[in-house]
Amino acid sequence: MSGEAHTSADYIQHHLQNLTFGLRADGSWGLAHSVEEAKAMGFWSLHLDTLGVSIILGVLFLYLFRKAAANATSGVPGGWQNFVEWVVEFIDNSVRSSFSGGRNQLIAPLALTIFVWIFLLNLMDLVPIDWVPGLMGLLGLPYFKLVPTTDPNATFGMSIAVFLLVLYYSFKIKGAGGFAAELALHPFGKWGMPANLFLEIINLIAKPVSLALRLFGNLYAGEMIFILIALLFSAGIGWGVMAGLLQLGWAIFHILIITLQAFIFMTLTIVYLDMAHQEHH
Amino acid sequence: MNINATLLGQTITFAVFVWFCMRYIWPPIVNALETRRKTIADGLAAAERGRHEQELAAKRAAETLHEAKVKAAEIIGQAEKRAAQIIDEAKAAAKAEGDRLIAAAQAEIEQEAQRAREQLRAQVAALVVAGAEKVLRREVDAKAHAELLEAIAKEI
Repeated sequence: MSGEAHTSADYIQHHLQNLTFGLRADGSWGLAHSVEEAKAMGFWSLHLDTLGVSIILGVLFLYLFRKAAANATSGVPGGWQNFVEWVVEFIDNSVRSSFSGGRNQLIAPLALTIFVWIFLLNLMDLVPIDWVPGLMGLLGLPYFKLVPTTDPNATFGMSIAVFLLVLYYSFKIKGAGGFAAELALHPFGKWGMPANLFLEIINLIAKPVSLALRLFGNLYAGEMIFILIALLFSAGIGWGVMAGLLQLGWAIFHILIITLQAFIFMTLTIVYLDMAHQEHH
Repeated sequence: MNINATLLGQTITFAVFVWFCMRYIWPPIVNALETRRKTIADGLAAAERGRHEQELAAKRAAETLHEAKVKAAEIIGQAEKRAAQIIDEAKAAAKAEGDRLIAAAQAEIEQEAQRAREQLRAQVAALVVAGAEKVLRREVDAKAHAELLEAIAKEI
């Protein structure tokens, strides 16, 4: 149970552990009740908190935007429709300015989904860090990590999907030969083929890795600082007051971070897909 | 922070969300935006056209007014000319009529004078004859000397 976290190390560890569902050591399926147990479950286990929060927020996003889309008229827009249109236009402009691969019906909706979904996931970072884990502790769940983007599974999940799209469009637009030529012949010409291949493949792999790690790193670090600030609350009244100010300042600063990270993820996705659409000569 | 099957779950979830967004959210909103943009553009174009037409109409009206003024001035000029002509004609006609009347009157006067002269002559002849008759009552035979008397009367 969560209430048993006494030391600072326990407290931090408790906050960094996902609610893991998998095959336990005794052969039954269930939740992991310790960090070691979660680790022992191996690959075929699920972070229920990450999946749950991201699905709930994703469905919320789709529901709200679908509501606006279903009622979309070319007349005078209402408040919510106005907001949705503003977001859509913002995304549309970003896509237009970064994406030159002609009319691709997927890119803009993809960018919109990425931006809004990641923004909502990041937004969970502003919920005071003990609220939801505490509430879930009362419901009997041993761990609960509210911010899905502090779980590399979530960020890599998205970046791998983007990477698959990059590969798909690279093959589709350039053909297998063109894509292979781009990988093998690019920086040094045909006599430097092994070096080319090495560099270009690293370059290619670095895209999803950097995409996922950037988002994960920023949010993980942000979350970590919230946890450390929260630790200050228990260190006497002076530290407590200071922690309150710090928390406020960090939260305000974090509003910038969460928006910026969502925007960066979206923009880089557009740029990578744009590169996949470009033919090198 | 273990990597586990959550990764696959997230990828699938993400794909489904993107598909849903692409299918049901993006097109209606973008279409609505496009339609509204077009409506506004049409409205602005119509306003521009209206303003242009109004300008043209104002210009046309000014032109028509100017033409009308010119034509009116022309008509007035013609009318004045015509009036002067009519007056001239009337004057000429009156003068001709006056001349004719004068000529007629003169002719009549001439005629009257002639007639008076004839009468006078006849009366003088008669008077002469009567005088002569009285003078010559005894010795002159009216019948015998009639031819002579007549000649005398003609000479008067």
